[in-house]
Amino acid sequence: MDPVILARIQFGLTAAMHFLFPPVSIGLAWLIVYITWKRWKTGEPIWESMSRFWPRILGLIFAAGVASGIALEFQFGTNWSAYSRYVGDIFGSPLAAEGVFAFFLESFFLGMLIFGRERLPKGLYWFSALMVAIGSTLSAFWIIVANSWMQTPTAYRIVGEGIHRRAELTNFWAAVFNPSTLPRYIHTIVASIFTGGFFMAGIGAWYLLRREHLEFARRSLQIGLVVAAIFSLLILVTGHFHSVQVAKTQPAKLAAFEALFKDTAGAGLVLWGFPDEGARTLRLAIRIPKLLSFLIDFDFNSVVPGLERFPRDEWPPIALAFYPYHIMILLGGWFILVSWWGIFLGNRRFESNAFLKALVFSIPLPWVSLELGWLAAEFGRQPWAVYGLLKTKDAVSVVVPAWQVLLTIILFIVIYAFILALLIYLLRREFMRGPELVAVKAPA
Amino acid sequence: MSHELLQNIWYLLIGVLITGYAVLDGFDLGAGVLYPFVAKKDEERRLILNAIGPFWDGNEVWLLTGGGALFAAFPHVYATVFSGFYLALMLVLFALILRAVSFEFRSRVESPGWRKMWDYIFFVGSLIPALLTGVAVGNVIRGVPLNEQMEFIGNFFTLLNPFSLLVGLTGLAMFITHGAIYLVMKTNGPVAERARRWANGAWVALLVLAVLTSIFAAVDVPQRFVNASRQPLIWVVPILTLIFMGLTRWSLAKGKPGYAFLFSALTIVGLMGIFGAGNYPYLLPASNVAEYGLTIYNASSSRLTLMTMLLIALVGMPVVLAYTAYIYYVFRGKARVEKEGY
Repeated sequence: MDPVILARIQFGLTAAMHFLFPPVSIGLAWLIVYITWKRWKTGEPIWESMSRFWPRILGLIFAAGVASGIALEFQFGTNWSAYSRYVGDIFGSPLAAEGVFAFFLESFFLGMLIFGRERLPKGLYWFSALMVAIGSTLSAFWIIVANSWMQTPTAYRIVGEGIHRRAELTNFWAAVFNPSTLPRYIHTIVASIFTGGFFMAGIGAWYLLRREHLEFARRSLQIGLVVAAIFSLLILVTGHFHSVQVAKTQPAKLAAFEALFKDTAGAGLVLWGFPDEGARTLRLAIRIPKLLSFLIDFDFNSVVPGLERFPRDEWPPIALAFYPYHIMILLGGWFILVSWWGIFLGNRRFESNAFLKALVFSIPLPWVSLELGWLAAEFGRQPWAVYGLLKTKDAVSVVVPAWQVLLTIILFIVIYAFILALLIYLLRREFMRGPELVAVKAPA
Repeated sequence: MSHELLQNIWYLLIGVLITGYAVLDGFDLGAGVLYPFVAKKDEERRLILNAIGPFWDGNEVWLLTGGGALFAAFPHVYATVFSGFYLALMLVLFALILRAVSFEFRSRVESPGWRKMWDYIFFVGSLIPALLTGVAVGNVIRGVPLNEQMEFIGNFFTLLNPFSLLVGLTGLAMFITHGAIYLVMKTNGPVAERARRWANGAWVALLVLAVLTSIFAAVDVPQRFVNASRQPLIWVVPILTLIFMGLTRWSLAKGKPGYAFLFSALTIVGLMGIFGAGNYPYLLPASNVAEYGLTIYNASSSRLTLMTMLLIALVGMPVVLAYTAYIYYVFRGKARVEKEGY
């Protein structure tokens, strides 16, 4: 088998597995900051109950996140050693920074959250929650810095000959704040907070449908829904700015997203269609006329570059970029609809079976959207490992034979399937058992 | 600051990160290896998990930061080692993955069958890294076959040479001693008692294995003694290490496990120091053609990157050390089995 395809499959699988966990962890972590703050400041039993429950959920998810994350840091070296040699001078620093500034913070303070509720004063417990939230948010920053540099490389020069030929850093902050870092980071964090809120709301809705833990359920739904509603809109706004950045810095990728083959003046925004790469057309296309040009350039008649402007061997895989991008957006639309339906229902949101069921049914959907977003971003970057600089096929480890990669792929699948199955089983158990009822403490 | 000075500073800092890993994750790996032997009942096992519980995740970050720093400072070494030692590293990775989830998953279900499964996974997940990191160190000391393109040209079995296996066992003994002393310090009752006996036994094994390793090294890789012959002051490091080892044993006998732990940590620092002093300036020597070895001079990043990384380390690590110390302080004293935790 082709060692490049195998290495790509392995990285894709392990990255997809890992990315199930950080967004919801970040979202829940910030919600727990709010919950532990209320516990500290009000002393009401409901906040005690929430503070005992949600960190238990976070602990499970976070462990899976840590476990699956190590695999990614190793893989740049194990399977992509040519990449590591070529861009390590620039790419390695954000990863090290992630360790120094974020991993230590979130890991040690998570220990405080899991072990410290009884022995820590309430203010210190809240502070630990805050450190976990900040740590995980910072962690996302540095890794997105690294990935963004792969999309829009800046602040480098090529030096050396032969095997020593590589990219070298010319300006650290310019590399960190390359053109795609902030649009991607803000969009991802917003999506993460949305995911946490939507998840909490969904669980609240589930308990309400089962007529269990009613006060807990109402609180969870209330808090989660407000967060989800606000952030579902922010996802759209940040997504727009991110797409504009892609149009300007990675035009081939944007063309693939829109299945735009020819340069088009006054290009329409695709809502749906079926790309036919062979015939170089988009079948059964549903478009809003002129809107793509307007969104990118504020000019209804500007020319949007098509794929045919680029060499054929530099086209991303069209279908693999197109479908994830549009399905992600359609799901985003659903999230806005369902969240604001809940907002406009007012107090009836706690009783409307239609709404509650819609919310519960939608619980897995943010994860689908998150994964699709990354598929669009990464497939859209192909055939490049570093856009315009290093092709994926030139980035793999030469010394690792294909059979070894196949072996480790199989082991990853087996072990990750095991972990994922048990994680879902344990989460379900936690939710079935539900939060403890905390009695009102008699005043001293 | 010159590129050369920065390359030397980073040799030291990588050493600090690896040593930090060995001292901190070392005790929870060691405790994991001892786990089935010093804890027989569920409550005893939970005691061990809770003794290391608040710290293990943060401790493991030393490995991740060390790996990230190696990538950033010496990308050729990161690339050569990680791709060259592929299957071994993947094995360690799978062990770490399963160990990580076993902490959280085990306590969630009461059933003995469930807990037994996770006990087994936790043990194996601790044993594999505890053994294989030492084997990796052995290969880094001895050198591995490299080509002119800085790529590893051996295979999996190249890494399982007798010298490296010996270093692996030495490392294992080091982790077990360290973990056992930690358990004496942090637990009570039968667990602490069994841990104390293991600490004494492992200490003897460590002494014997370390001496054997030194003799084997003198015969098999005499190049690693060149630095000491040129700079006799280096002999202070192994002498101090032996003193720390002796103080470890003595503190344990005097019933002062806290001091024993401190001296055990210093012993590990000493052993890492010997490793670093012997290998300098090689990060990965070549066992076939000496010129193909990876050194701090031919395998490093640019001056700007090393400088930037140094600033990151200087800004970030003191903060890390501060809150690490604080968290160890918060959870000082003997571990307990309670509703919270594992």
